[in-house]
Amino acid sequence: MYGYAGRILYVDLNTGKTRVEKLSEDYAKKYIGGIGLGMRLWLDNSKAGVEPFSPENTLVLALGPISGTMFPTAGNGHAFVAKSPETFGIGEAVAHGTFGAEMKRAGYDAVILKGKSEKPVYLWIDDDSVQLVNASHLMGKSPSETEDSIKEDLGDYYIRVVAIGLAGEKLSRIACIINEKTRAAGRTGLGAVMGSKNLKAIAVRGTRDIVPAKPDEFMDMVKEFHERMKGPATQKYRTLGTPENVLVHNALHCMPTRNYNNAHFEGADKVSGEVLNERFVAKIIGCSSCAMRCEHEVVVPEGPYKGTMTRMEYETLWAMGPYCGIDRLDAIIKGMELANYYGMDAIGAGVIVGFAMDCYENGILSQKELGGIEANFGNSEALIQLLEKMGKREGIGDILAEGVRIAGKKIGEGAEKLAQHIKGLEVTGYDLRCLKTAALGFAVSFRGADHNRHGAYAFDVKGKVDRLKAEKGRGKMVRDMENLYALIDSFIVCKFSRGTYYKDMSDMAKLYSLVTGIEMTPEELKKSGERINTIARLINIREGLGRKDDTLPWKVMNMPIPDEGPVKGAVVTQKELDLLLDDYYESRGWTLEGVPTAEKLKEIGMDELLNIVEGKQEA
Amino acid sequence: MVKIHERKFVSADPDKCVGCQNCEYICSWTKEKAFNPLKSRIRVVRINQLANMAVTCRRCEDPPCVAACPRDALTQSEETGTIMVDMDKCNGCGWCIEACDYGAIMLHPETKVVHVCDLCKDEGEPQCVKWCPEEALSVVTSDVLAQKARISAVKKLFQEAKKK
Repeated sequence: MYGYAGRILYVDLNTGKTRVEKLSEDYAKKYIGGIGLGMRLWLDNSKAGVEPFSPENTLVLALGPISGTMFPTAGNGHAFVAKSPETFGIGEAVAHGTFGAEMKRAGYDAVILKGKSEKPVYLWIDDDSVQLVNASHLMGKSPSETEDSIKEDLGDYYIRVVAIGLAGEKLSRIACIINEKTRAAGRTGLGAVMGSKNLKAIAVRGTRDIVPAKPDEFMDMVKEFHERMKGPATQKYRTLGTPENVLVHNALHCMPTRNYNNAHFEGADKVSGEVLNERFVAKIIGCSSCAMRCEHEVVVPEGPYKGTMTRMEYETLWAMGPYCGIDRLDAIIKGMELANYYGMDAIGAGVIVGFAMDCYENGILSQKELGGIEANFGNSEALIQLLEKMGKREGIGDILAEGVRIAGKKIGEGAEKLAQHIKGLEVTGYDLRCLKTAALGFAVSFRGADHNRHGAYAFDVKGKVDRLKAEKGRGKMVRDMENLYALIDSFIVCKFSRGTYYKDMSDMAKLYSLVTGIEMTPEELKKSGERINTIARLINIREGLGRKDDTLPWKVMNMPIPDEGPVKGAVVTQKELDLLLDDYYESRGWTLEGVPTAEKLKEIGMDELLNIVEGKQEA
Repeated sequence: MVKIHERKFVSADPDKCVGCQNCEYICSWTKEKAFNPLKSRIRVVRINQLANMAVTCRRCEDPPCVAACPRDALTQSEETGTIMVDMDKCNGCGWCIEACDYGAIMLHPETKVVHVCDLCKDEGEPQCVKWCPEEALSVVTSDVLAQKARISAVKKLFQEAKKK
């Protein structure tokens, strides 16, 4: 096989035994790689109703067919898949850097991790030699320290490592898996699944050649995309970066502020991408094979957090800034560094702090319960203190580390309504009350509240539709974007480069064919995108999720936007949500319960999974 | 004999280098028709997120790698300064690797003899320079490097004077 390594590595963490199986061309073509292949392999290697922290919850690491080539941004990604301890449905998260390329050179398309090690270990993959190594000396270390320590122990600077921090070890439901210090497979709590297996890290060294099936045409395409990446399609990411969104969203009143109490932040000018770049950005770096580079490295030059260095993006800046009412960039940067240090999803962590502040201001959590912290909105010291407590699971941090949904339930007294999540996953930086295409995308997203499953906010933010209106037709728009985004995360292409695929499906089909030598048409690829969304849906149905879970956070449906301005009073009603859901399910060929029909499954070649939907199509 | 200041080599500007490894990929592709950093004659080092730099052969005057080779497998071209490897004589002992201060001469993982940058003599120009998306790599002489450093130092001096 070209592009694909053609091999899947199985690791039994109970015994340390490993075996290698062939990747079938059928799976490769149908599910592509990354999250698509990962979810399909997870389904095959798990039982219905598995507990997220049980040894039976298989953790899958999957690469894309393009990984290891020099195709710009597509050569370096990796994806994790398992049942999410936050959503209790399918969990998946993608990261870029250099790890994915190294793993492909080691000769694997996927690694399937089963069982649980008796003692803390890390997995050391040195081409064909695979072993579990004692990791007791790494426990408590940050992902960054773990990476450095493993490189030192193994004596090779070019070994690539993914690792969890203390949050993952302590089964925090927002724990992530970090590579190269600042890059995270962030969402859905998969770091805790890794922790539940006593697996601290995965280290890899790969020495094999990667050769595309059609080398000359492939290099022509690389050259073309190098040029495209210098153009307008990537300009935002190369200059201000995603923090540009702060002022854009704020002007549109679609930036959730103070735990969704507002949609507009009066302190936005102080935390804008412009100020971040002028005062804090020290360098913009790139992943392996990237030709655009986006990673804004910031350093705090003075004050109490002097010397703090981390990567900064809009979402994490928003979560720890406006969402907590905080207008100090130095503290937000410190918060981001702490999230990386403990290995927590920085979006989830920020949203949880905003939630705790809301609880405090509403008298649901007292200063005593918070361990002496005066958690008013806007208190940047409280942000830092609460993050520390969450990372270590100390005091109130132990409850908050359960994720906002479970924390809300445990705290009670109305805290449930202050917990802004979908399917248990914390919200991201788009106010869904005034972005109704996005609201649908978020509601049906298979991994819970997230912008990265569809990018449907773009229609609203760019004014392609009336963003305050819920109407028929949005279902199809969300569906098509979901299919595209599922492919992006399966190839694995960087989402920041999506604009360089001028003719998205045809460009992607061409890339796939040139690398793998497997003929792929845009139509077939579209079908794969549909299939990948369907496999996710089938897993969620098997795990007990359905239409009832395709919903929106409490405040989005019950607390109209109070701010004077263009969207005052905006809210999503149940009637509107129902209209949007019906339209979306219909566009997908699913029943009104959100269950794929037998005809649909047959049409896209998934007949073998009919048993999952049997008897579930009607309410 | 060529004058030393005319001798050319590939140099990376650490302010521009972002650590993307495109130079490694295009090097191994050009030389071996495969993507594999271990087969690249230029390697990227990232000390931390802020410190990135690609490193390759400097074509030293009186090169220590040549002097270190006990089998006379290495010679330096008088014309271009390129380090030439006699593949029959090299037995991969690694003395040249130890002698090079830059880690710029490396053992090939398959042939087990050393390989080193030759400025893509068959292609007419170094492909890493051509493909670097950040324009961080350039072909320079030591004279050009010194000029660049002088100019940037003087610019900085005047900018600081302006601020005052």
